[in-house]
Amino acid sequence: MTEAFVAPSRAAAPPSGTFVPATRFAVPGRIAVNGRQASEWQTATLTEIRRETPLASTFRFAARAWAGHLPGQHLMLRLTADDGYTAQRHYSIASAPDDDGHIELTLDHVDGGEVSGWFHTTAEPGDEVEVRGPLSGFFAWPGDRPALLIGAGSGVVPLMSMVRHHRARGLDVPLRLVVSARAPEELIYARELGAETTRVFTRSAPLGVPVGRLGAAHLAPLLAEEPEGGWEAYVCGSNGFAEHASRLLVEAGQPVDRIRIERFG
Amino acid sequence: MNVTRGFTGRPRVADPGLPPGQYDAGDDWPVLSAEVTPDLAPADWTFRVDGLVRAPRTWDWEEAHTLPESAYEGDIHCVTSWSKFGVRFGGVCLDAFLAAVRPEAAATHAVAYSHTGYTTSLPLADLTGGRAWIAWEYDGEPLAAEHGGPARLLVPHLYFWKSAKWIAGLRLLDHDEPGFWEQNGYHARGNPWEEQRYSGD
Ligand SMILES: Cc1cc2nc3c(=O)[nH]c(=O)nc-3n(C[C@H](O)[C@H](O)[C@H](O)COP(=O)(O)OP(=O)(O)OC[C@H]3O[C@@H](n4cnc5c(N)ncnc54)[C@H](O)[C@@H]3O)c2cc1C
Repeated sequence: MTEAFVAPSRAAAPPSGTFVPATRFAVPGRIAVNGRQASEWQTATLTEIRRETPLASTFRFAARAWAGHLPGQHLMLRLTADDGYTAQRHYSIASAPDDDGHIELTLDHVDGGEVSGWFHTTAEPGDEVEVRGPLSGFFAWPGDRPALLIGAGSGVVPLMSMVRHHRARGLDVPLRLVVSARAPEELIYARELGAETTRVFTRSAPLGVPVGRLGAAHLAPLLAEEPEGGWEAYVCGSNGFAEHASRLLVEAGQPVDRIRIERFG
Repeated sequence: MNVTRGFTGRPRVADPGLPPGQYDAGDDWPVLSAEVTPDLAPADWTFRVDGLVRAPRTWDWEEAHTLPESAYEGDIHCVTSWSKFGVRFGGVCLDAFLAAVRPEAAATHAVAYSHTGYTTSLPLADLTGGRAWIAWEYDGEPLAAEHGGPARLLVPHLYFWKSAKWIAGLRLLDHDEPGFWEQNGYHARGNPWEEQRYSGD
């Protein structure tokens, strides 16, 4: 055995300090996460339900103990049956941080879904659920770097928090959103999307808009904008969409260490 | 207990194989990596073990395949709440690599790192004793890239974020050095049977 096969982290680790392998893909987290908030369950009271599309609704909660979040973060939500059985799932936070003790989630109605099924068939204002978070600093966007946001289906949820934050704070930093939906009636937040948004429809589209998958041609004009400091890309959706979109970004020259991906499993 | 009005949940299946708060994902195998899936050919794959060891060493694909074959058949558990039963991975037991580098007595922890730069930290005791593998086969087939192929770390008795995809190496240390998710609020050990999801659990 020789030492000819040099792994990326061949360079000696610093004797103290954080271990960081010298590899070209490393994507550091954006913010530190508070461990106590991440581990304590708190009650959230449903205050409002708004239909977004035939399959998705927004659920607004009052969460008095909510410590605040950054756009892009998610939480863990737990439902408990009267025999103590629990079901817990992750949900992205749809609302912007400054929302006066409220948070909003947007849930697809998954066929046979245990948690999303309860929300779409049983939940009413006044109901209480438990949440903990915010979780993960990786997909967070503090509003600092130019943001290129690409989402499909309910993958637009954490990206909408970023768009809302950008608007609410009147930020100057460039922000672009690309959303993919099967059809116009399935496009979540359709009325809220503005000039920053490129819409992609995969099954049916409004008159004059082509039908088709997200492609290089959608991304080229956005990447050509080359904002100062470069785009930080945030990709969110099913694994299939995330693989497709991230590959298009890499092929178009976006550095891999400036692509953050949230897969809804 | 905070009972949710009108929530009954799925029929209870008494399943001793299911850790608390987990559900059986059946045939699904969700992918949850946070980075771009790398385009890494077996010929470009290497695996290194260094740090507090007497003989640091790097294996390439062919050299790693000369070590004794070993398989894991059992269950895996993801922190996002799904578990997958009866999976079958093939590769080499990590003990075979560790025997070659001879860890020093002072080594207590390891950082596993990927060819993507992903890192995760583990107590060394969780990587020894026939409980951890370098895996390159799933169900008798080459491990798919989105699941960590050509080769991933496999530590099935801990939550699956510890099983670093596209494994590039292990560095043995005398202290815990939080990795990617551990720095993002997740638990240092991640034992699903004690539901150690987040730091503080
Ligand atoms: C970081 C993150 C963020 C997310 N954000 C969002 C979001 O903003 N909005 C959103 O809508 N979703 C989001 N998700 C997905 C969400 O966590 C859930 O996976 C989703 O709501 C489905 O949960 P469920 O309980 O309704 O369905 P589940 O009960 O989990 O079912 C999912 C599928 O598996 C089948 N299934 C699973 N277990 C069984 C079983 N035991 N028996 C029979 N069938 C079964 C169901 O039939 C269904 O087809 C996110 C996921 C992650 C990881």
